[in-house]
Amino acid sequence: MAYGPKIIDHYENPRNVGNFGSQEQMKTDKKIGVGLVGAPECGDVMQLCIKVNEQTGTIEDAKFKTFGCGSAIASSSLATEWLKGRTIEQAEEIRNTQIVEELSLPPVKIHCSVLAEDAIKAAIIDYKKKNGMPVADHDHDHAGSH
Amino acid sequence: MTLKLPVYMDHAATTPCDPRVVEAMLPYFTEKYGNSGSRNHRFGWEAEAGVDEAREHAAKLIGASEKEIIFTSGSTESNNIAIKGAAYMYEKAPAGSRGRGHIVTCEIEHKAVLDPVKRLVKEGFEATFLEPPRDGIVTAEMVKNALRPDTILVTIMWANNEIGTINEVREIGKLCKERGIIFHTDATQWAGKMPVNVDADNIDLLSWSGHKIYGPKGVGALYVRRHRPRVRLQALQDGGGQERGFRSGTLNIPGIVGFGKACQIALAEMESDAIRLGRLRKKLETEISSQLDTCAVNGHAEKRLPHIANISFGFVEGEGLMMAVKNIACSSGSACTSASLEPSYVLKGIGVGDDLAHSSLRLSLGKWTTEEQVDYAIKEIVQAVKKLRMMSPLYDMHKEGIDLSKVEWAHH
Repeated sequence: MAYGPKIIDHYENPRNVGNFGSQEQMKTDKKIGVGLVGAPECGDVMQLCIKVNEQTGTIEDAKFKTFGCGSAIASSSLATEWLKGRTIEQAEEIRNTQIVEELSLPPVKIHCSVLAEDAIKAAIIDYKKKNGMPVADHDHDHAGSH
Repeated sequence: MTLKLPVYMDHAATTPCDPRVVEAMLPYFTEKYGNSGSRNHRFGWEAEAGVDEAREHAAKLIGASEKEIIFTSGSTESNNIAIKGAAYMYEKAPAGSRGRGHIVTCEIEHKAVLDPVKRLVKEGFEATFLEPPRDGIVTAEMVKNALRPDTILVTIMWANNEIGTINEVREIGKLCKERGIIFHTDATQWAGKMPVNVDADNIDLLSWSGHKIYGPKGVGALYVRRHRPRVRLQALQDGGGQERGFRSGTLNIPGIVGFGKACQIALAEMESDAIRLGRLRKKLETEISSQLDTCAVNGHAEKRLPHIANISFGFVEGEGLMMAVKNIACSSGSACTSASLEPSYVLKGIGVGDDLAHSSLRLSLGKWTTEEQVDYAIKEIVQAVKKLRMMSPLYDMHKEGIDLSKVEWAHH
C-alpha cells in the first residue's frame, strides 16, 4: 500500500509511545484514563492513556501503544499529539474524520481513524468513571463504517 | 560490496528472468517471428523448431514425453484445463444434473485450484475440501478417507505456495492409480525446483509455470498423461485446435522458447540451488527464532521446500511489520495486505490463530539470493519486530503475564 508522507512520518517517528505504568498501576491511578479498543484477531488493538491535571482539567500528557498496521499506528500517534493540552471537553470533540483528513488515510484505512476516536472516548470514559463524573451515552457518529 | 536495496525475497510470487532465458527468447521476436502453425515456409518451420525444442526440455524436466506437454499461459490456465477438462470428461451424469461426480482437493490449495473446483460444485459436481493438520501436510491417508465410489478427480498441490510444505504426492498418486481416479497436481512451486518423474510419482496431470523458475511470465505448461491411462480432457477453449486440441490459440513462441530454456537450466541447476537455498533458509529461521521470543515457523519443519520460510511473530501486526522491513520485498499473511481484509486462509487452514496469521512473513529465496542478503534480512526483521513490540500493547500485557485469550476485547 502506498501511503502519504504524514502517515509514514508518524509510523517511522511515532510520538508519545508508552504508558503510565503497568495495567494494574494505571487502573488505580485516578489521574489516568486508559482506552483499550480493538481485538488481536481483527488485526488492531489500540491503547491510549491520558494523564489529566486535576486542577485545570486539561490533559497534561498522552501516550499510546498500538498493535496494528501503519495507519493504525499513525492514527494513534496523531491522537496523542492532539490530546495534549486539551480539556476533556475539547478532547471529546476530536472526530475520526479529522484524523482521516490530516493523515490523508486511504478509504480502506478509515477504520483505523474510527478506532483512534473510540480509544480517545474510552480513555475519557475511564477517567470520568474513576473520578465519579457523569458519563454521557457515547454516541457513535463516525463517518465511515466499522 | 554494498548491498543493493530493496532485497528481493519474494521468489514464491515470481522470479527474475534468467539472462540466458532472455537471450534464447530474443531471436523469436524479431527474426524467427513465424507462426508455428505455418507449415509451408521457413518462418513457420523455424518457429516450430523452437517450440519443439522447448517441448523436449519441458518434458525432460518432469520425466515425460514431448507429446504429453501442452503449453498454456501459466499455472492458472493449466489448472483450469486440467480440473474442469477432466471433470467434464469423466463426469458420471449428464451436464446440469446433480451428482455429476466427486472431486477431492484441499482447503489450502491455491485459488487457481480452489475456484475451478468451486465452480464445478456450482455446476452439480461434489467436492471434499480436506482440512490439513497443523503441519500443513496432506497425506495419502487423508485422501484415502475422502475417496468415494463416485470420485473422479483428486487435485492436490505438490508444495504449498505460502508455507512451503510438501504433500505426499507420490503416495496420493499411487492411491489414485489403484482406484482408477485421475490425479492432478499443481506443481507451480515444485517443478523446476525439485525433481519430478511423472511415472514414478504416479501423476496424470501436472501444472507448472515459467515465471516461478526464472522464465518469462505468461507461459506455463500442463502435462497430460498419454499411457496407462490415456487421460482425456474436454477442451475449454475452441479455435484452431493447437496443442492437440487441448488449448487452441496461436502459440506464444518467444515465451515457450524461454520456458523451455528455463526448464533446461532448472534441470541442470536445481540440485545445487536447493542445497544452497536450504541452508540459507535454515539460517534465516534459526537466527530469527533465536533472537526473538514468541515467533513460530509455520508448516512442517522438515518436509518443506528449501527456499520458502514462513514465520509468525506474536504481538506485532503483519502490515505494520512489512512497513518496518520496507527494504525487504516479501509477503505477509496479514489481512491488511490483502484486498479481502481477511488473514491468510492458508494459515487459518492449518490452525494458526487469527492473531498469529495477521503477523506472518513469507520470505522466499531464489537463485541469486546471497548470504549477505540473508544476514541483512535477519538484522532488519529482528530490529523491526523489536521496535513494533515496544509499541505493542499486547506485548506489554504478555510480559505482565496477562492471558490475551482471556481479555474481553471490544470487537469491531
